[in-house]
Amino acid sequence: MSDLNAQAVAKYRNNFLKEVEACVEEGDWVKMCIQCGVCSGSCPFGPDWEHPPQELFMMIRAGKREEVLTSSSMWMCTSCYNCIVRCPREIPITHIMHGLANYAHRLGLAPKNQPTRHFSALFWNNIIKTGRVNELKLSLGLYFRDGFVSGIKVGLTMASVGLGMVMAKRLNPIELLKPHGCKDTKGIHAMLKKAREIEDRRKGLTAA
Amino acid sequence: MATKEYAFYPGCSSQKGASASNYLTSVNSMCKTLDIKLTEIPDWNCCGASIGYAEGGELPRHAMNARNLAMAERELPGQKVVATCAACWLSARETKERLDHNSTMRADANEALKEAGLEYQGKAEVMHMVEVLIEDFGYDELKKHVVKPLEGIKFAGYVGCQTNRPFGIDGESFENPVYLDKLVETMGGEAVKYDQKVTCCGGALAFSEPEKSQKQIKDIVESAYDHGAEMIVTPCPLCQANVEIYQGAVNKRYGTKFNIPVLYYSQLMTLAYGGSAKEAGLDGHLIKATKLEAFAAKK
Repeated sequence: MSDLNAQAVAKYRNNFLKEVEACVEEGDWVKMCIQCGVCSGSCPFGPDWEHPPQELFMMIRAGKREEVLTSSSMWMCTSCYNCIVRCPREIPITHIMHGLANYAHRLGLAPKNQPTRHFSALFWNNIIKTGRVNELKLSLGLYFRDGFVSGIKVGLTMASVGLGMVMAKRLNPIELLKPHGCKDTKGIHAMLKKAREIEDRRKGLTAA
Repeated sequence: MATKEYAFYPGCSSQKGASASNYLTSVNSMCKTLDIKLTEIPDWNCCGASIGYAEGGELPRHAMNARNLAMAERELPGQKVVATCAACWLSARETKERLDHNSTMRADANEALKEAGLEYQGKAEVMHMVEVLIEDFGYDELKKHVVKPLEGIKFAGYVGCQTNRPFGIDGESFENPVYLDKLVETMGGEAVKYDQKVTCCGGALAFSEPEKSQKQIKDIVESAYDHGAEMIVTPCPLCQANVEIYQGAVNKRYGTKFNIPVLYYSQLMTLAYGGSAKEAGLDGHLIKATKLEAFAAKK
């Protein structure tokens, strides 16, 4: 168990709902769910969720901490916001799913090889480097996640697309060497460091 | 002086050599006709998109967006912030909403922003380019500039997710928004009725869950074909990229023969306003819009 996870378990004991309310984005809305299931039926990846949102909400209230945080479910969210606009209680479900995923990721409980977990972290680390997305490095980072040989294979299957994008001037090989970026990367890095510090303090994500 | 001036947030994908660079080309042409002056927010940064959540968390993502808004407030005072990308618009608006309604979050964001020498005051309104067109100009005004109506061309208006939900455009329904169809018709084109107008293309999960996303893309393209569309038109750079780029992969997976061009509304408008194929960014497609290229070449 990671230190942060052990710390959270000790702090909230059996009250997982309380933990979610304190540590998860928009978590204090979870108790508002009336279990109608509209969210689950509205999700484009609905059938692929081990536990659709409505089920996750009930599991949180039932204290199923381990099952919820280790689930691949919330990583199925495509951020389409269908659930939000259809929820009769106007619960910000999309945000809660992002929040649960983020919390599980930070505690080290999220499934290790979950592809969206990997891509999400890859994306964030990509953008904060220069302040802007480097699409080429992002694609390459994704292809090569399982090592060099597999990366070359994926790269080859995507080669026609990549070449088409280069031809259409929508992908520039120069990005590897001379990427787009912000001028004040120093300020951005300092700002993000501070933001993370504050958030971690508020959500109990700092080792005591 | 230009009719209307805005603080412009082009977003990463609009940059030169990036996946939606031709979107920006067409937006610039369209704005020239409408006499809209777009001034880039100095040193703007990525919005974090939706997919940044795992590592980015909550406050760091809001800080990224607040930095852009604070910069716009300081450098381009009094101007509304306009974004052309769905994710940029959504993220910026989400941050604005959160910081304007949650004083703790706002104080926290400002504490972080201080490290970059900035302060968020919540003065700048955030709009999507289609809101500018529809709310600040209106269909009648947009129609006045049409010199070459897109007569007889059938488009499937693909609104997708984030230029629709959760904020909506012009107070329209989330289930059947009509602004894109109306824009197409205003340009003289025909907007076909089809049932996948607001279906999700998979978004960023097109990269991490290609199989699941390609199922979505297949449904969208298939429905557009079934209802007689010759092209798809969208306001979102990620919808555009996903639905265009993966048609080859979908064909392989499902044995289909899809080859339908996917355009931006701004490209249609540029052409209807008499612009050239180049001004409309038609050279930026993997699936060429040959019918529109011929249309543009016609006097």
